[in-house]
Amino acid sequence: MTYLFLQHYWCFIVALLGALLVFLMFVQGANSLIFTIGKTDDERRLVVNATGRKWEFTFTTLVTFGGAFFASYPLFYSTSFGGAYWLWMIILFSFVLQAVSYEFHSHSPKGGTRRMLFQRLLVLNGILGPLLLGGAVATFFTGSNFIVEKGNIIDSQLIISRWANASHGLDALLNPWNLVLGLAVFFLARVLGCLYIHNRVDDKQLNNHNQIIQPLWRSTILFLGLFLAFLAHILTCEGYAYDPSTGIIFMEPYKYLHNLLQMWPLLVVMIIGVVFVLFGILWSLTHKAWKRGFWVTGFGTVVTVLVLLLLTAWNNTAYYPSTADLQSSLTMQNSSSSEFTLRTMFYVSLLVPFVLAYIVYAWRSIDKKEITLEEINTDHAY
Amino acid sequence: MINLLNTDLAMVDWARAQFALTAIYHWLFVPLTLGLAVVMGIMETLYYRTGSEFWKQTAKFWQRLFGINFAMGVATGIILEFEFGTNWSNYSYLVGDIFGAPLAIEGIVAFFMESTFVAVMFFGWNKVSKGFHLASTWLTGLGATLSAWWILVANSWMQHPVGQAFNPETVRNEMTSFAEVALSPVAVDKFIHTVLSAWVLGAVFVVGVSSWYLLKRRHTEFATKSLRVGAIFGLVSSALIMLSGHHSAYTVAQTQPMKLAAMEALYKGGNDQPLTIIAGINPFEQPDYEATDEPPLKLAVPYALSFLATNDMNGYVPGIRDILDGYTKADGTIELPLSEKIERGRCAINALQEYRKAKAEGAGEETLNELKEKVQENMPFFGYGYVKDRAQVVPYIPVCFYAFRVMVGGGCLFILLFLLSLWKPKPWTYWFAVLCIPVSYIVSEAGWLVAEFGRQPWTIQDMLPTWVGVSELGSSAVMLTFFLFLILFTTLLTVEINIMCKTIKKGPKL
Repeated sequence: MTYLFLQHYWCFIVALLGALLVFLMFVQGANSLIFTIGKTDDERRLVVNATGRKWEFTFTTLVTFGGAFFASYPLFYSTSFGGAYWLWMIILFSFVLQAVSYEFHSHSPKGGTRRMLFQRLLVLNGILGPLLLGGAVATFFTGSNFIVEKGNIIDSQLIISRWANASHGLDALLNPWNLVLGLAVFFLARVLGCLYIHNRVDDKQLNNHNQIIQPLWRSTILFLGLFLAFLAHILTCEGYAYDPSTGIIFMEPYKYLHNLLQMWPLLVVMIIGVVFVLFGILWSLTHKAWKRGFWVTGFGTVVTVLVLLLLTAWNNTAYYPSTADLQSSLTMQNSSSSEFTLRTMFYVSLLVPFVLAYIVYAWRSIDKKEITLEEINTDHAY
Repeated sequence: MINLLNTDLAMVDWARAQFALTAIYHWLFVPLTLGLAVVMGIMETLYYRTGSEFWKQTAKFWQRLFGINFAMGVATGIILEFEFGTNWSNYSYLVGDIFGAPLAIEGIVAFFMESTFVAVMFFGWNKVSKGFHLASTWLTGLGATLSAWWILVANSWMQHPVGQAFNPETVRNEMTSFAEVALSPVAVDKFIHTVLSAWVLGAVFVVGVSSWYLLKRRHTEFATKSLRVGAIFGLVSSALIMLSGHHSAYTVAQTQPMKLAAMEALYKGGNDQPLTIIAGINPFEQPDYEATDEPPLKLAVPYALSFLATNDMNGYVPGIRDILDGYTKADGTIELPLSEKIERGRCAINALQEYRKAKAEGAGEETLNELKEKVQENMPFFGYGYVKDRAQVVPYIPVCFYAFRVMVGGGCLFILLFLLSLWKPKPWTYWFAVLCIPVSYIVSEAGWLVAEFGRQPWTIQDMLPTWVGVSELGSSAVMLTFFLFLILFTTLLTVEINIMCKTIKKGPKL
């Protein structure tokens, strides 16, 4: 295993965790629709309890995504988190509110204002989480306003990674393309959320099946429009290329389109992913009794997002570009951990299939039956 | 001298305050999670073995309290992880190559185990077999404990950086031995001591809650049996913690002598050192350790500090002034005076500057190697290059001194509680047990205050002072998030305590 291979490998692992995180944000998507799907207190409880059994996976994946990024690309961790302070702080605040809202919700009186408050906090996280994380991911294509100089630590400047403006990350929201991807991720989360509720909650429990179908239609149309616009933009815009022999970063027209064509297996995988996403949604919309759309669209989401993230880093691309100083842009090569650390972590990552296996086993064992009101009234529930 | 009440809280101090705030809140929830994980595991094992509905409902009751507490631990934990990047960006880059690995492993190995099986534990009672459910309950606890292992490995590395070397090319420290990092003696000691302390807190909580039922004469069978399980568990944990405490103190003496000197308010050291029980130290002002030899009104146990620090009644223990002025260690090696450490630290910084300049200018191999050697020679003192005066490297003594005594005194108090609860449970011992619940949290936090205040001013011992490890943020931004977190965490804590009390009042479904 060469250093270069390990850098590509860890990029793949981090991208996979990112893709899984986007898929697992079905929790946020469904929560953002608590008051749309749930017209009564009982219906809202069904939604909360359906997502409440899975929120920890999303949370854990977010934490592991952060940990894996820290271990494999520490310069990204210090630059992005230390620079885009406000953007990350708002994301974290919303996740803190989500984490406690489930448990607190279950201890609040039925139909009371306190219960409504915790449901609203879940909605807040359901909107802010995907929107801002999507916006943050978009900066991998559009760039951020930072300067990196490793030698600063030994001169009067002292700080290695510095944000070039005073907004500390909020400037990302001023770039319309970041908002477009943020909104696309938000509506994708809603699509997945609708499909998850359709998959987990017994049909007879909801007064009207349209409570799921209508938001699914709306979210699908908005997601497709926004996603296709963003895809068209990145495939036609200039990208941040990297010359491995000199280390110089430069702008290359159609860089991401070139990446897709030069790494054609990724193109094939992406097409398969998109087909799965569309098939899962459309089949669910047209076949009421078919409940596996969540898994089909979920699989498609993971592979599509994985490819998109790999496009930002593989094939000599700067994955965290700087708009303030092009040569400060981060690449797999100039920002990764040492070969020793990546190799050590490689052996640890061999545990991932084992971890996935027990997650699947445990998930299946408690999801054998669909959720009903009777169950959440008699068993442990949120 | 530093005056805590008049400190100018600039950016670095706000970043420290925010991290401390998050860590203190996080540690309000973690020990109960670790402690209750064992208790509910024992209760459910009894259910599995006997098939008795009583033990099932008992386990379920403690699991309900575990669940309320668990969510808050998770919520505060995520902030802690990301604060390394948001508030300490220089730190994240300089040591991320070493420090990031334990955090990633924690996620992959421990968090997924915890979050997967906690769902089975709560929602799987009527869906999976008894055996699988029991395994899930224990695996939830194992996941939480493994998570503690990896985060404590990371923290121990900050106390005693091992298994790494500085790379002048990348201007950062890089890992050279994963085994040295993961199994350093400081990490092993810290893990054992911290987890045992969490078990003691969990035991105090169980004994306290059970005693409350006994005072109210409600659920007496449940309370009597729970109290017994809690007290035995607490007593065993306490016995083990005494051993690990002694070993931890010995390790601190070897690796962080300044921390030990601050804990003991030992200004001038020597052989045959007594262990201070109490002394008159103003909690709001750094004592004048330069001009006085010992604090006033000192009451001490002869030879005990020498034994604690060196395993020898007559062993030499350096005081704060000895460390600042330099001293000879027991093995004959010389600990350099601070002035020389500062000089060599600056030498490391200058050599690194010259090396980078020479490299950029295309200097020859020989020049580069010479400069590289100079960098490596002085690198152990790199952090001292940023130090300006003696006062900067002395931790705030009053906090270290009093927190250490609260920790040890509280530990002794809990042993008394467990013995009384087992031997002669009476109404007054029940009250005593209830009062011990909040005390156990203060004691547990005091342990962390000793560990973290004692390390100051270093983010990483001797390597990186706090003022070099920060991000470039305005102090107003961090101050604002500090208060936002303070309001948020305090509100959530209030709600959590309220829910806990209501759930306890409701009692088990027996």
